[in-house]
Amino acid sequence: MPDHGKLRLHNVTHVYVNDGGASLAVDSLNLTVSQGEFVSLVGPSGCGKTTVLHLIAGLLRPTRGEVTIGGAPVTEPSASVGYMLQQDYLFPWRTIQDNATIGLAINGKLTPASKSRVRMLLQELELSGTELRYPHELSGGMRQRVALARTLATEPDVMLLDEPFSALDMHIKLQLEDLVWDTIRRRGQTAVLVTHDLAEAAAMSDRIIVLGRNPGRIRLALEVPEELRRTAPMEARRHPSFQPLFERLWEEMDIEDVAASVVDARTERNGQHDEKV
Amino acid sequence: MTRKSNIVSQETNSEWLAGLYTSHKTRSRQRTIAVMLVRAVILILFIGLWEAAGRNKWIDPLLFSFPSRIGNLLLDMIRDGSIWSHVGMTVGETVLGFVLGTLVGTLIAALLWWFPFVSRVLDPYLVVLNSMPKVALGPIFIVALGPGFTSIVVTTLSVTVIITTLNIYNQFREVEEGLVKVVRLFGASRLQTFRYVIIPASFPVIISTLKVNVGLSWVGVMVGEFLVAKLGLGYLIIYGFQVFNFTLVLASLVIIAIVATVMYQLVTILERRLTGGRRER
Repeated sequence: MPDHGKLRLHNVTHVYVNDGGASLAVDSLNLTVSQGEFVSLVGPSGCGKTTVLHLIAGLLRPTRGEVTIGGAPVTEPSASVGYMLQQDYLFPWRTIQDNATIGLAINGKLTPASKSRVRMLLQELELSGTELRYPHELSGGMRQRVALARTLATEPDVMLLDEPFSALDMHIKLQLEDLVWDTIRRRGQTAVLVTHDLAEAAAMSDRIIVLGRNPGRIRLALEVPEELRRTAPMEARRHPSFQPLFERLWEEMDIEDVAASVVDARTERNGQHDEKV
Repeated sequence: MTRKSNIVSQETNSEWLAGLYTSHKTRSRQRTIAVMLVRAVILILFIGLWEAAGRNKWIDPLLFSFPSRIGNLLLDMIRDGSIWSHVGMTVGETVLGFVLGTLVGTLIAALLWWFPFVSRVLDPYLVVLNSMPKVALGPIFIVALGPGFTSIVVTTLSVTVIITTLNIYNQFREVEEGLVKVVRLFGASRLQTFRYVIIPASFPVIISTLKVNVGLSWVGVMVGEFLVAKLGLGYLIIYGFQVFNFTLVLASLVIIAIVATVMYQLVTILERRLTGGRRER
């Protein structure tokens, strides 16, 4: 990997402090993602995957260490980093068009030109005709596509995907994986995907990072073979190189689980920080 | 249901469905008519019995009056126009009471949301104020603000503001966290979060609070008018009571029932207008 990554985490440590005490969620994490690279974070629940994503987005400030994007330290959320959440969280009182443009409205960039760009974007995501409808009139897959449009509308150059497909039916999930993969590649965006689905990670990414739990540390980084990177996710799952990669990941997670259960048995920890903001 | 086999033409099937639908519609219309009829019968029976009881002295007509007397009095008041100033006064006070009550309550709720520290500090005071019967403060307002319109409206506000604040502030805090996160991720300021998420998400609750406040305002206005007014429906009731004219008391109650119902219906229509198009998921 080149030295000047688009996105860098230097020695990032995060501690959650609340009435129950202080607990280490992420411990001295170092990670560099280069421009246009697609990296997946996988790991058991409670390994701090989502915390890492929140740190990159600027929703959380690292307790120690630093996150930089394009060389500049991240201090607060900004529209140049797109974030897709597990659920679509569309605003029920806004039309689809107004939902898709909310990021522009917040940043004072709502112009006729940007509006027509969003309309094109909705078209590109096969949502034309829904512009004036309300979210409750749309199916789950369509709603998540609107959420994607909303994220892309502000033209971010880094995309953070926080298990955006986990709440969807299998075949819609596969279609959406292809769509997101394709959109991100075509825009040359840098992406970080958090998922618990190993196949999804293997099918979509250039590099897969396996995190160990309690606290979050990198256990292993796997480069995805060149031929898989170039193939769209649905096709990639049928590629001969897919199965060996998947099995390698599976094995790694198995070891991690056994190790974790041994640790759990020895010391009771108040884990599960993963879901907290 | 076994009337049709699998091999049936599309034609007969759709006819059959249309038939089922028509008979369902007929049945539901009949039911609606029956309900209306029974309602009307109850009303007519009530008024008729009351009239008969009053005329035949089964009940004391001095105390309970009877419908034709009340009706005549109402007609007289409409004819000489004296009724309108009373209705106007009371409606004015009530409308001002529930609109201002909702606005001020929402404003204070916004303040509490904006400054969590203030909200923690004020929490016990709000609880005490909420459990207190605030109309009991009426005499103090009258002395401080002078007898009349202002002190009646302030008495009304004392009834509506605190409960509005508590309800709306609770709603503010219960707004879906994910929606707040979405705008924060776009770099929204606190004011933008309030404007784009908190207020629109709480809008249905604010409107329904407006409806509750219509009822509460009537209580505040009645108490205020009982205490000081020289004009208004509450004044008419107290006046009728003092001169032992219960026909006047009951006539005022009839007007209040009508005006309060109209007001409530108007707010319901407003609610439907303002929240139309959106539905919770």
